[in-house]
Amino acid sequence: MSDAAKMVPTASQTVGPFFSIGLCPHNPSNLIPEQSVASARVITLKGRVLDGDGQGVPDAVLEVWRADPLGVFSGPDDVASHNASGVPAGFARIPTNERGEFEIRTIKPGVIRSSDEETHAPHLSVVIFMRGLLRQLLTRVYFAQGSANEKDPVLKVVPAQRRNTLIALQSGENENEFCWNICLQGDDETVFFEA
Amino acid sequence: MNEVPVFPGVRSGTQPAYLHPPYRSSLKRAPAKPLVLLANTLSERTGPVFGHQAVTSTDNDLTGQHAGTPVGERIVVSGRVVDEDGRPIRGALIELWQANAAGRYKHKLDQHNAPLDPNFDGCGRTITDGAGRYKFISVKPGAYPWGNHHNAWRPAHIHFSLFGAGLLSRLVTQMYFPGDPLLVFDPIYNCIPDEQAKQRLISIFDWEHTVPEFALGYRFDIVLRGRNATPMEK
Repeated sequence: MSDAAKMVPTASQTVGPFFSIGLCPHNPSNLIPEQSVASARVITLKGRVLDGDGQGVPDAVLEVWRADPLGVFSGPDDVASHNASGVPAGFARIPTNERGEFEIRTIKPGVIRSSDEETHAPHLSVVIFMRGLLRQLLTRVYFAQGSANEKDPVLKVVPAQRRNTLIALQSGENENEFCWNICLQGDDETVFFEA
Repeated sequence: MNEVPVFPGVRSGTQPAYLHPPYRSSLKRAPAKPLVLLANTLSERTGPVFGHQAVTSTDNDLTGQHAGTPVGERIVVSGRVVDEDGRPIRGALIELWQANAAGRYKHKLDQHNAPLDPNFDGCGRTITDGAGRYKFISVKPGAYPWGNHHNAWRPAHIHFSLFGAGLLSRLVTQMYFPGDPLLVFDPIYNCIPDEQAKQRLISIFDWEHTVPEFALGYRFDIVLRGRNATPMEK
Protein backbone atom coordinates (compact mmCIF):
# COMPACT_ATOMS: atom_id res chain seq x y z
CA MET A 1 0.00 0.00 0.00
CA SER A 2 2.99 2.31 -0.32
CA ASP A 3 2.14 3.32 -3.89
CA ALA A 4 0.40 6.64 -4.45
CA ALA A 5 -3.34 6.70 -4.03
CA LYS A 6 -5.13 6.57 -7.35
CA MET A 7 -8.04 8.87 -6.73
CA VAL A 8 -8.29 12.45 -5.51
CA PRO A 9 -11.09 12.91 -2.95
CA THR A 10 -14.09 14.89 -4.11
CA ALA A 11 -13.92 18.58 -3.16
CA SER A 12 -15.99 19.90 -0.28
CA GLN A 13 -18.65 22.59 -0.62
CA THR A 14 -20.56 24.50 2.04
CA VAL A 15 -23.71 23.04 3.59
CA GLY A 16 -25.33 26.45 2.96
CA PRO A 17 -28.16 27.92 5.01
CA PHE A 18 -30.78 25.25 4.36
CA PHE A 19 -28.99 22.06 5.44
CA SER A 20 -31.69 21.25 7.97
CA ILE A 21 -33.84 19.97 5.09
CA GLY A 22 -31.44 17.13 4.41
CA LEU A 23 -29.38 16.72 7.56
CA CYS A 24 -31.72 17.29 10.44
CA PRO A 25 -35.16 15.79 9.88
CA HIS A 26 -34.21 12.72 11.88
CA ASN A 27 -31.82 14.30 14.42
CA PRO A 28 -29.71 11.16 14.59
CA SER A 29 -28.30 10.73 18.05
CA ASN A 30 -26.92 7.75 19.93
CA LEU A 31 -24.70 9.21 22.63
CA ILE A 32 -26.61 7.68 25.55
CA PRO A 33 -27.20 3.93 25.25
CA GLU A 34 -30.75 2.73 25.68
CA GLN A 35 -29.55 0.15 28.17
CA SER A 36 -27.57 1.50 31.07
CA VAL A 37 -23.88 0.76 31.01
CA ALA A 38 -21.91 0.11 34.16
CA SER A 39 -19.59 3.01 34.98
CA ALA A 40 -21.32 5.27 32.44
CA ARG A 41 -21.70 8.84 33.60
CA VAL A 42 -24.11 11.10 31.74
CA ILE A 43 -22.73 14.58 31.20
CA THR A 44 -24.12 17.72 29.58
CA LEU A 45 -21.97 20.12 27.64
CA LYS A 46 -23.46 23.49 26.74
CA GLY A 47 -22.00 26.26 24.65
CA ARG A 48 -22.27 28.60 21.70
CA VAL A 49 -20.75 28.85 18.27
CA LEU A 50 -19.44 32.42 17.83
CA ASP A 51 -18.35 34.16 14.62
CA GLY A 52 -15.58 36.75 14.14
CA ASP A 53 -17.85 39.50 15.53
CA GLY A 54 -18.67 37.46 18.62
CA GLN A 55 -22.20 36.85 17.32
CA GLY A 56 -23.88 33.50 17.84
CA VAL A 57 -24.07 31.39 14.68
CA PRO A 58 -27.68 30.26 14.30
CA ASP A 59 -27.08 28.00 11.31
CA ALA A 60 -24.25 25.71 12.37
CA VAL A 61 -24.49 21.97 12.91
CA LEU A 62 -22.12 19.90 15.05
CA GLU A 63 -21.43 16.22 14.60
CA VAL A 64 -20.07 14.47 17.66
CA TRP A 65 -18.10 11.21 17.64
CA ARG A 66 -16.91 9.58 20.82
CA ALA A 67 -15.63 6.36 22.35
CA ASP A 68 -17.58 4.48 25.02
CA PRO A 69 -16.66 4.53 28.74
CA LEU A 70 -14.09 1.79 28.07
CA GLY A 71 -12.45 3.88 25.37
CA VAL A 72 -13.77 1.77 22.50
CA PHE A 73 -15.29 3.20 19.29
CA SER A 74 -18.15 1.39 17.63
CA GLY A 75 -16.89 -0.32 14.47
CA PRO A 76 -18.31 -0.75 10.96
CA ASP A 77 -19.66 -4.24 11.73
CA ASP A 78 -20.91 -3.34 15.16
CA VAL A 79 -24.58 -3.70 14.26
CA ALA A 80 -25.50 -4.26 17.88
CA SER A 81 -24.45 -0.71 18.64
CA HIS A 82 -27.07 0.78 16.31
CA ASN A 83 -30.19 2.22 17.85
CA ALA A 84 -33.61 1.62 16.33
CA SER A 85 -32.95 4.32 13.72
CA GLY A 86 -29.69 2.73 12.59
CA VAL A 87 -27.53 5.37 14.27
CA PRO A 88 -24.22 3.95 15.52
CA ALA A 89 -23.26 4.32 19.16
CA GLY A 90 -21.13 7.35 19.78
CA PHE A 91 -22.59 9.60 17.10
CA ALA A 92 -24.92 12.61 17.21
CA ARG A 93 -25.79 15.57 15.03
CA ILE A 94 -26.70 18.74 16.89
CA PRO A 95 -27.76 21.96 15.14
CA THR A 96 -27.35 25.31 16.93
CA ASN A 97 -30.44 27.30 17.85
CA GLU A 98 -31.24 30.88 16.83
CA ARG A 99 -28.79 32.20 19.44
CA GLY A 100 -25.99 29.94 18.30
CA GLU A 101 -26.35 27.67 21.35
CA PHE A 102 -25.91 23.93 21.43
CA GLU A 103 -26.26 21.24 24.07
CA ILE A 104 -24.54 17.85 23.95
CA ARG A 105 -25.83 15.15 26.31
CA THR A 106 -23.66 12.07 26.30
CA ILE A 107 -22.11 9.44 28.44
CA LYS A 108 -18.57 10.45 29.25
CA PRO A 109 -16.07 8.60 27.06
CA GLY A 110 -13.20 6.71 28.63
CA VAL A 111 -9.46 6.87 28.14
CA ILE A 112 -8.49 5.57 24.69
CA ARG A 113 -5.50 3.29 24.33
CA SER A 114 -4.29 3.03 20.75
CA SER A 115 -2.26 0.14 19.38
CA ASP A 116 0.98 2.04 19.79
CA GLU A 117 0.31 2.23 23.53
CA GLU A 118 -0.39 5.93 23.47
CA THR A 119 -3.04 7.02 25.91
CA HIS A 120 -5.61 9.62 24.86
CA ALA A 121 -7.55 11.50 27.49
CA PRO A 122 -11.36 11.35 27.35
CA HIS A 123 -12.64 13.67 24.62
CA LEU A 124 -15.33 14.17 22.02
CA SER A 125 -14.41 14.73 18.38
CA VAL A 126 -16.53 17.51 16.93
CA VAL A 127 -17.02 18.17 13.21
CA ILE A 128 -18.58 21.55 12.40
CA PHE A 129 -20.55 22.60 9.34
CA MET A 130 -22.22 25.92 8.53
CA ARG A 131 -22.95 28.43 5.81
CA GLY A 132 -19.68 30.27 5.21
CA LEU A 133 -17.54 27.19 5.81
CA LEU A 134 -16.42 25.71 2.50
CA ARG A 135 -14.97 22.70 4.33
CA GLN A 136 -15.94 21.24 7.67
CA LEU A 137 -13.89 22.06 10.74
CA LEU A 138 -12.55 19.39 13.07
CA THR A 139 -11.91 20.00 16.74
CA ARG A 140 -11.96 18.13 20.05
CA VAL A 141 -13.25 18.86 23.46
CA TYR A 142 -11.60 17.51 26.61
CA PHE A 143 -12.80 17.85 30.18
CA ALA A 144 -11.28 20.04 32.89
CA GLN A 145 -9.58 18.25 35.78
CA GLY A 146 -9.04 15.21 33.60
CA SER A 147 -5.98 13.56 35.04
CA ALA A 148 -5.13 12.08 31.63
CA ASN A 149 -5.10 15.48 29.90
CA GLU A 150 -1.48 16.15 30.78
CA LYS A 151 -0.26 13.11 28.92
CA ASP A 152 -2.58 13.45 25.94
CA PRO A 153 -0.46 13.43 22.75
CA VAL A 154 -2.84 15.72 20.86
CA LEU A 155 -3.07 18.37 23.58
CA LYS A 156 0.73 18.23 23.70
CA VAL A 157 1.10 19.40 20.09
CA VAL A 158 -1.32 22.30 20.60
CA PRO A 159 0.48 25.57 21.50
CA ALA A 160 0.23 25.91 25.29
CA GLN A 161 -1.53 29.28 25.20
CA ARG A 162 -4.34 27.88 23.01
CA ARG A 163 -4.85 24.57 24.82
CA ASN A 164 -7.63 25.95 27.01
CA THR A 165 -9.84 26.37 23.92
CA LEU A 166 -10.16 22.58 23.81
CA ILE A 167 -11.09 22.05 27.43
CA ALA A 168 -14.67 22.21 28.70
CA LEU A 169 -14.98 23.73 32.17
CA GLN A 170 -17.31 22.49 34.84
CA SER A 171 -20.19 24.93 35.09
CA GLY A 172 -21.24 25.63 38.64
CA GLU A 173 -21.56 22.99 41.31
CA ASN A 174 -22.74 20.09 39.20
CA GLU A 175 -19.77 17.96 38.23
CA ASN A 176 -21.68 16.54 35.26
CA GLU A 177 -22.31 19.91 33.59
CA PHE A 178 -19.71 21.52 31.41
CA CYS A 179 -19.48 24.61 29.24
CA TRP A 180 -17.44 25.03 26.10
CA ASN A 181 -17.69 27.63 23.32
CA ILE A 182 -16.53 27.31 19.75
CA CYS A 183 -14.96 30.59 18.60
CA LEU A 184 -14.35 30.75 14.85
CA GLN A 185 -12.00 33.77 15.04
CA GLY A 186 -10.47 36.22 17.51
CA ASP A 187 -8.15 35.97 20.52
CA ASP A 188 -10.00 32.95 21.85
CA GLU A 189 -10.22 31.20 18.48
CA THR A 190 -10.78 27.50 19.05
CA VAL A 191 -8.02 25.18 17.88
CA PHE A 192 -9.08 23.41 14.69
CA PHE A 193 -7.18 20.48 13.27
CA GLU A 194 -5.87 19.54 9.86
CA ALA A 195 -5.84 15.74 9.88
CA MET B 1 -11.85 -7.77 11.82
CA ASN B 2 -11.69 -4.90 9.39
CA GLU B 3 -8.51 -3.09 8.67
CA VAL B 4 -8.55 0.44 9.99
CA PRO B 5 -8.36 2.86 7.07
CA VAL B 6 -5.44 5.23 6.67
CA PHE B 7 -5.76 8.80 5.48
CA PRO B 8 -3.13 10.41 3.28
CA GLY B 9 -2.94 14.21 3.55
CA VAL B 10 -5.09 16.42 1.36
CA ARG B 11 -3.49 17.13 -2.00
CA SER B 12 -2.80 20.85 -2.39
CA GLY B 13 -5.46 22.84 -4.21
CA THR B 14 -7.99 20.04 -4.46
CA GLN B 15 -10.02 21.26 -1.48
CA PRO B 16 -11.20 24.83 -0.86
CA ALA B 17 -9.36 27.11 1.55
CA TYR B 18 -11.52 28.18 4.47
CA LEU B 19 -11.22 31.86 3.63
CA HIS B 20 -12.44 32.69 0.13
CA PRO B 21 -13.23 36.44 0.14
CA PRO B 22 -15.51 36.35 -2.94
CA TYR B 23 -17.80 34.17 -0.79
CA ARG B 24 -18.74 36.80 1.77
CA SER B 25 -20.05 34.44 4.43
CA SER B 26 -16.54 33.01 4.80
CA LEU B 27 -15.11 36.35 6.05
CA LYS B 28 -16.37 36.09 9.64
CA ARG B 29 -16.56 32.31 9.84
CA ALA B 30 -13.30 30.99 8.39
CA PRO B 31 -10.69 30.30 11.07
CA ALA B 32 -8.01 32.99 11.08
CA LYS B 33 -5.27 31.11 12.93
CA PRO B 34 -3.41 28.23 11.28
CA LEU B 35 -4.89 24.79 11.77
CA VAL B 36 -2.93 22.45 14.04
CA LEU B 37 -1.63 19.39 12.23
CA LEU B 38 -2.98 16.23 13.82
CA ALA B 39 -1.46 12.81 13.30
CA ASN B 40 -4.40 10.46 12.73
CA THR B 41 -5.52 8.74 15.89
CA LEU B 42 -8.30 6.22 16.45
CA SER B 43 -10.74 9.09 16.98
CA GLU B 44 -10.40 10.15 13.34
CA ARG B 45 -9.66 6.81 11.68
CA THR B 46 -12.87 5.36 13.05
CA GLY B 47 -16.22 6.92 12.33
CA PRO B 48 -19.96 6.41 12.40
CA VAL B 49 -21.24 3.65 10.11
CA PHE B 50 -25.02 3.69 9.87
CA GLY B 51 -27.26 0.67 9.74
CA HIS B 52 -29.66 -0.08 6.92
CA GLN B 53 -32.58 0.82 9.16
CA ALA B 54 -31.42 4.44 8.78
CA VAL B 55 -33.20 4.52 5.41
CA THR B 56 -36.31 3.04 3.89
CA SER B 57 -36.36 1.71 0.35
CA THR B 58 -38.33 4.74 -0.91
CA ASP B 59 -36.21 7.45 0.72
CA ASN B 60 -34.23 7.83 -2.50
CA ASP B 61 -37.27 8.84 -4.58
CA LEU B 62 -37.89 12.56 -4.00
CA THR B 63 -40.76 12.47 -6.50
CA GLY B 64 -42.72 9.90 -4.52
CA GLN B 65 -43.07 11.47 -1.09
CA HIS B 66 -46.54 13.00 -1.62
CA ALA B 67 -49.83 12.06 -3.23
CA GLY B 68 -49.09 14.21 -6.29
CA THR B 69 -46.10 14.49 -8.60
CA PRO B 70 -43.71 17.43 -8.17
CA VAL B 71 -43.41 19.93 -11.01
CA GLY B 72 -40.20 19.96 -13.01
CA GLU B 73 -37.84 18.03 -15.21
CA ARG B 74 -37.57 14.55 -13.72
CA ILE B 75 -34.01 13.28 -13.25
CA VAL B 76 -32.20 10.13 -12.14
CA VAL B 77 -28.92 10.89 -10.34
CA SER B 78 -26.66 7.90 -9.83
CA GLY B 79 -23.02 7.07 -9.37
CA ARG B 80 -20.43 5.22 -7.36
CA VAL B 81 -18.72 6.03 -4.09
CA VAL B 82 -15.10 4.87 -3.90
CA ASP B 83 -12.10 5.39 -1.63
CA GLU B 84 -8.72 6.81 -2.65
CA ASP B 85 -7.69 3.41 -3.98
CA GLY B 86 -10.74 3.38 -6.23
CA ARG B 87 -12.38 0.60 -4.22
CA PRO B 88 -16.14 0.75 -3.69
CA ILE B 89 -17.45 1.96 -0.36
CA ARG B 90 -20.35 -0.26 0.59
CA GLY B 91 -23.00 0.78 3.07
CA ALA B 92 -22.19 4.49 2.95
CA LEU B 93 -25.05 6.73 4.08
CA ILE B 94 -25.83 9.49 1.54
CA GLU B 95 -28.17 12.32 2.45
CA LEU B 96 -29.17 14.96 -0.07
CA TRP B 97 -31.22 18.12 -0.18
CA GLN B 98 -32.12 20.59 -2.88
CA ALA B 99 -34.39 23.41 -4.06
CA ASN B 100 -37.48 22.61 -6.10
CA ALA B 101 -37.74 23.14 -9.85
CA ALA B 102 -38.54 26.83 -9.30
CA GLY B 103 -35.40 27.38 -7.21
CA ARG B 104 -37.13 27.50 -3.82
CA TYR B 105 -36.15 25.52 -0.73
CA LYS B 106 -38.79 24.24 1.64
CA HIS B 107 -37.20 26.16 4.51
CA LYS B 108 -38.64 28.95 6.62
CA LEU B 109 -35.66 31.22 5.95
CA ASP B 110 -35.78 30.94 2.15
CA GLN B 111 -37.16 34.31 1.05
CA HIS B 112 -36.93 33.77 -2.72
CA ASN B 113 -40.14 34.84 -4.41
CA ALA B 114 -40.68 31.57 -6.23
CA PRO B 115 -43.44 29.06 -5.52
CA LEU B 116 -43.16 26.18 -3.10
CA ASP B 117 -44.27 22.84 -4.49
CA PRO B 118 -46.68 21.00 -2.20
CA ASN B 119 -45.46 17.72 -3.69
CA PHE B 120 -41.76 18.30 -3.11
CA ASP B 121 -39.74 18.36 0.13
CA GLY B 122 -36.29 18.18 -1.47
CA CYS B 123 -34.86 15.66 1.00
CA GLY B 124 -33.54 12.18 0.21
CA ARG B 125 -31.44 9.43 1.76
CA THR B 126 -29.91 6.17 0.64
CA ILE B 127 -27.15 3.67 1.44
CA THR B 128 -24.66 2.49 -1.18
CA ASP B 129 -24.95 -1.10 -2.37
CA GLY B 130 -22.26 -3.79 -2.48
CA ALA B 131 -20.55 -2.10 -5.44
CA GLY B 132 -20.66 1.37 -3.87
CA ARG B 133 -23.51 2.43 -6.16
CA TYR B 134 -26.39 4.75 -5.31
CA LYS B 135 -29.39 6.17 -7.15
CA PHE B 136 -31.85 9.00 -6.53
CA ILE B 137 -34.94 10.03 -8.47
CA SER B 138 -35.75 13.73 -8.24
CA VAL B 139 -36.53 16.83 -10.27
CA LYS B 140 -33.86 19.18 -11.57
CA PRO B 141 -33.48 22.03 -9.07
CA GLY B 142 -33.85 25.59 -10.31
CA ALA B 143 -31.22 28.33 -10.06
CA TYR B 144 -31.96 30.98 -7.43
CA PRO B 145 -30.75 34.43 -6.41
CA TRP B 146 -28.76 35.06 -3.24
CA GLY B 147 -27.38 38.11 -1.49
CA ASN B 148 -23.66 37.55 -1.93
CA HIS B 149 -23.19 40.32 -4.53
CA HIS B 150 -25.25 42.28 -7.07
CA ASN B 151 -27.37 39.98 -9.23
CA ALA B 152 -25.84 36.86 -7.69
CA TRP B 153 -27.43 33.55 -8.71
CA ARG B 154 -26.51 30.08 -7.55
CA PRO B 155 -26.17 27.58 -10.38
CA ALA B 156 -28.55 24.62 -10.09
CA HIS B 157 -27.11 22.20 -7.55
CA ILE B 158 -27.90 19.30 -5.25
CA HIS B 159 -26.31 19.10 -1.78
CA PHE B 160 -24.73 15.73 -0.95
CA SER B 161 -23.64 14.52 2.48
CA LEU B 162 -21.67 11.27 2.87
CA PHE B 163 -20.27 9.13 5.66
CA GLY B 164 -17.44 6.77 4.76
CA ALA B 165 -15.17 4.50 6.75
CA GLY B 166 -13.77 7.08 9.15
CA LEU B 167 -14.45 10.51 10.56
CA LEU B 168 -11.94 11.91 8.06
CA SER B 169 -14.00 10.48 5.19
CA ARG B 170 -16.88 12.77 6.07
CA LEU B 171 -17.86 14.86 3.05
CA VAL B 172 -20.48 17.47 2.29
CA THR B 173 -20.43 18.75 -1.26
CA GLN B 174 -22.63 20.03 -4.07
CA MET B 175 -23.34 18.43 -7.43
CA TYR B 176 -23.77 20.73 -10.42
CA PHE B 177 -25.20 20.22 -13.91
CA PRO B 178 -23.25 20.25 -17.18
CA GLY B 179 -23.42 23.35 -19.34
CA ASP B 180 -24.73 25.65 -16.62
CA PRO B 181 -23.82 29.26 -17.61
CA LEU B 182 -23.91 30.37 -13.96
CA LEU B 183 -20.97 28.20 -12.90
CA VAL B 184 -18.26 30.64 -14.01
CA PHE B 185 -19.79 33.37 -11.83
CA ASP B 186 -20.35 31.30 -8.70
CA PRO B 187 -17.91 31.98 -5.81
CA ILE B 188 -18.81 28.72 -4.08
CA TYR B 189 -18.09 26.51 -7.09
CA ASN B 190 -14.98 28.56 -7.87
CA CYS B 191 -13.49 28.26 -4.38
CA ILE B 192 -11.59 25.14 -5.46
CA PRO B 193 -8.18 26.12 -6.89
CA ASP B 194 -7.54 22.89 -8.81
CA GLU B 195 -9.42 22.99 -12.11
CA GLN B 196 -9.89 19.23 -12.39
CA ALA B 197 -11.06 18.88 -8.82
CA LYS B 198 -13.55 21.65 -9.45
CA GLN B 199 -14.91 20.15 -12.64
CA ARG B 200 -15.49 16.82 -10.96
CA LEU B 201 -18.34 18.48 -9.08
CA ILE B 202 -20.21 18.75 -12.39
CA SER B 203 -22.31 15.68 -13.09
CA ILE B 204 -22.18 14.01 -16.48
CA PHE B 205 -25.25 13.65 -18.65
CA ASP B 206 -25.86 9.92 -18.68
CA TRP B 207 -27.70 8.18 -21.53
CA GLU B 208 -27.23 4.84 -19.81
CA HIS B 209 -29.41 5.86 -16.89
CA THR B 210 -31.79 8.04 -18.87
CA VAL B 211 -35.15 6.30 -18.69
CA PRO B 212 -37.20 6.48 -21.93
CA GLU B 213 -40.44 8.45 -21.54
CA PHE B 214 -39.56 9.16 -17.89
CA ALA B 215 -36.37 10.92 -16.75
CA LEU B 216 -32.97 12.26 -17.80
CA GLY B 217 -29.94 10.60 -16.24
CA TYR B 218 -26.99 12.33 -14.58
CA ARG B 219 -23.92 10.56 -13.24
CA PHE B 220 -22.02 11.81 -10.20
CA ASP B 221 -19.17 9.68 -8.87
CA ILE B 222 -17.71 10.52 -5.48
CA VAL B 223 -14.30 9.79 -3.95
CA LEU B 224 -14.08 9.80 -0.16
CA ARG B 225 -10.87 10.23 1.79
CA GLY B 226 -9.16 7.10 3.02
CA ARG B 227 -7.31 4.06 1.73
CA ASN B 228 -7.99 0.56 2.88
CA ALA B 229 -11.38 2.03 3.59
CA THR B 230 -13.52 -0.81 2.33
CA PRO B 231 -14.68 -3.37 4.84
CA MET B 232 -13.26 -6.76 3.89
CA GLU B 233 -15.49 -9.69 2.99
CA LYS B 234 -15.67 -12.23 5.77
